[in-house]
Amino acid sequence: MSHGTGGRRVVDVEGLARVEGEGSLHVELHDGTVTGVRLEIFEPPRYFEAMLVGRNFTEAPDITARICGICPVAYQMSACAAMEDACGVTVSEPIRRLRRLLYCGEWIQSHALHVYLLHAPDFLGCADAVELAGVDRGAVERGLRIKKTGNLVMETVGGRAVHPVNVRVGGFYSAPDPAAVAALVDPLRAARDDAVRTVEWVAGFDFPDVAAPYRFVALRGADRYPIEAGRVGSSDGLDLSPAEFADLVVEEHVERSTALHARLGGRDEYLTGPLARHALNADLLPAVAAGAARQAGLGDRCTNPFRSIVVRAVELVAACDEAVALAEAYVPPDPPAVPVAPRAATGTGATEAPRGLLFHQYDIDAAGTIRRARIVPPTSQNQLTIEADLRRVAQGAVDLGDDALRWRCEQAVRNHDPCISCAAHFLDITVVSS
Amino acid sequence: MTQPLRDGTATLPTVAVWKFASCDGCQLSLLDCEDELLPLAGAVRFAHFPEMSRASVDGPYDLSLVEGSITTPDDARRIRQIRERSRLLFTIGACATAGGIQGLRNFAAGGSYAGIVYAHPEYIASLDTSTAISDHVDVDFELHGCPIDRHQLLELITATLAGRRPAIPGYSVCQECKARGTVCLLVAHGTACLGPVTRAGCGGLCPSVGRGCFGCFGPADTANTVSLGRRLRADGAADLDVARLFRTFNAAAPAFAAASMAHGAAPANASAAPVPPVQDGGHAAEGS
Repeated sequence: MSHGTGGRRVVDVEGLARVEGEGSLHVELHDGTVTGVRLEIFEPPRYFEAMLVGRNFTEAPDITARICGICPVAYQMSACAAMEDACGVTVSEPIRRLRRLLYCGEWIQSHALHVYLLHAPDFLGCADAVELAGVDRGAVERGLRIKKTGNLVMETVGGRAVHPVNVRVGGFYSAPDPAAVAALVDPLRAARDDAVRTVEWVAGFDFPDVAAPYRFVALRGADRYPIEAGRVGSSDGLDLSPAEFADLVVEEHVERSTALHARLGGRDEYLTGPLARHALNADLLPAVAAGAARQAGLGDRCTNPFRSIVVRAVELVAACDEAVALAEAYVPPDPPAVPVAPRAATGTGATEAPRGLLFHQYDIDAAGTIRRARIVPPTSQNQLTIEADLRRVAQGAVDLGDDALRWRCEQAVRNHDPCISCAAHFLDITVVSS
Repeated sequence: MTQPLRDGTATLPTVAVWKFASCDGCQLSLLDCEDELLPLAGAVRFAHFPEMSRASVDGPYDLSLVEGSITTPDDARRIRQIRERSRLLFTIGACATAGGIQGLRNFAAGGSYAGIVYAHPEYIASLDTSTAISDHVDVDFELHGCPIDRHQLLELITATLAGRRPAIPGYSVCQECKARGTVCLLVAHGTACLGPVTRAGCGGLCPSVGRGCFGCFGPADTANTVSLGRRLRADGAADLDVARLFRTFNAAAPAFAAASMAHGAAPANASAAPVPPVQDGGHAAEGS
């Protein structure tokens, strides 16, 4: 609700809709000036970092997958990368490619979900995708088709779409049948065409005019758009290994949130996610995605958070195109997993979840028992930037009526596809022991 | 559930979807019904489903689908208010039916993760337990799984709309492996597998990729965990490994909790008994 007396105006949204998890927002204005903003996370904490202590290192991918039903593969991949780093193991190229194919499936389903079901209804004045289907059923059906293809990739490679079962530290339990992977090519080509149409569709939306001075942080791919691996780069020149990056990130526990707020170097807010990935890796987009981006007038970097829907759609094209190539060239990894023997060590893994950089760090002992776990999800890292956006967007929209201002503020949060369930569950056990 | 959900009336039955402590994966399974979502939205009215819509209608509701477990005092109050406003209430997934992976806190040494891990535990209102919805209110149907199977969810909703009993089995994963033609990993290779004591529903997925079942769907109706535990030990698994196998997403389900303790895992906290109902109605439920 929005309410106010005299020069004071307050926007409160309890129970933000069309985001994953439970949060609320609060904006306060005095005489037309925004004086306070809060993104509150009241999702109950689940203490994953405490639960992992004492478990076997091989259990981390399946346990951490349960942090998020929308991006379980991101958790599985970052956990595997961290454990393999700790144990000094590198997987074979066929295993890496199969992981990337599985991860593309997750990007496709998650981005299609966000673009069509969670985000687009805002731009078209609809409460949800069901209402949108009443206006443009073809568009919603196109989105559901793309999403279904992403889930099909996850089912074929991972066994199921939510919490896949085929991933293990070192690779996979078994290599998917070549005929089943070959059967993905046609649906993926169709999804790529649908994704190109998606870019055209969303590029035509009306966007509020906002330019934010973001500090972007994302993986930088060596020779391909970053998904399952890369070094950590930033728009101000960072170039770090995942372990070096983990040392720089400081999380603080604040009263309004069951998520920890991340700062880089203990000082600056920063943004991860599609806008950051694109700004640091636009040169690595596959040709069909780069072409769609050009058609949409995207440029080398986008600093308007409302246009993140265009960037997400461009990444949808990229993920479909990558998945087509990986499925066409599929060679079953043999063996499907490399052996991983535990040793006493610390390992760090960083991958690009659909909504941004996700890193895991574990200490394990010689028997493979987890002694410390640290997991930093994208929404924890983005939380301060989302609040800064909320302030900027609200200030630029003070002339709107109460209902429109409220909706615009909700959009300012949804622009970043926050995963609040993810963010709420992270408690750095080292904070306590210090 | 012997009558159609809404019989002979012009308006669509109303469905509400609620979230407690969980990963969202089970309600996502509803949005994962890509071919059925729009037809379903024509057969019921989603009156409260925040993950999908910013529109919300006050109850009462014909059917509430509840995801997640109870881990805070506010949520213990909220679920009672939801029950009062729901003609039928179904729980979906391991969190709602058994406390979920966060149910591991029920066995935490010292009784509390919150006191151990938070820099400022005073900011947090969290219980020392994660409990199933049925520990707090009456539940009309429990759909198991971590995550639930979307075909089972559709069957449950379709059967409820038609007023018939849903065809959702209570037998074990073993039957699904036989139906699928998967060679038994336990018998053929001595692979540790919870299939004999785990409820069917996934289709026998893990054994089909050469992996032992790890119990996503929780205990089957007639689970003999004592016998299976003996077999796993005889096949060379250490007690710690057997205990870990029983202690994941359905750790607090009674049959699995007992089995993990029989293999040496820490017992449940004194505080892991169901939370007594709270009488105060001070916290308004979401959507009201």
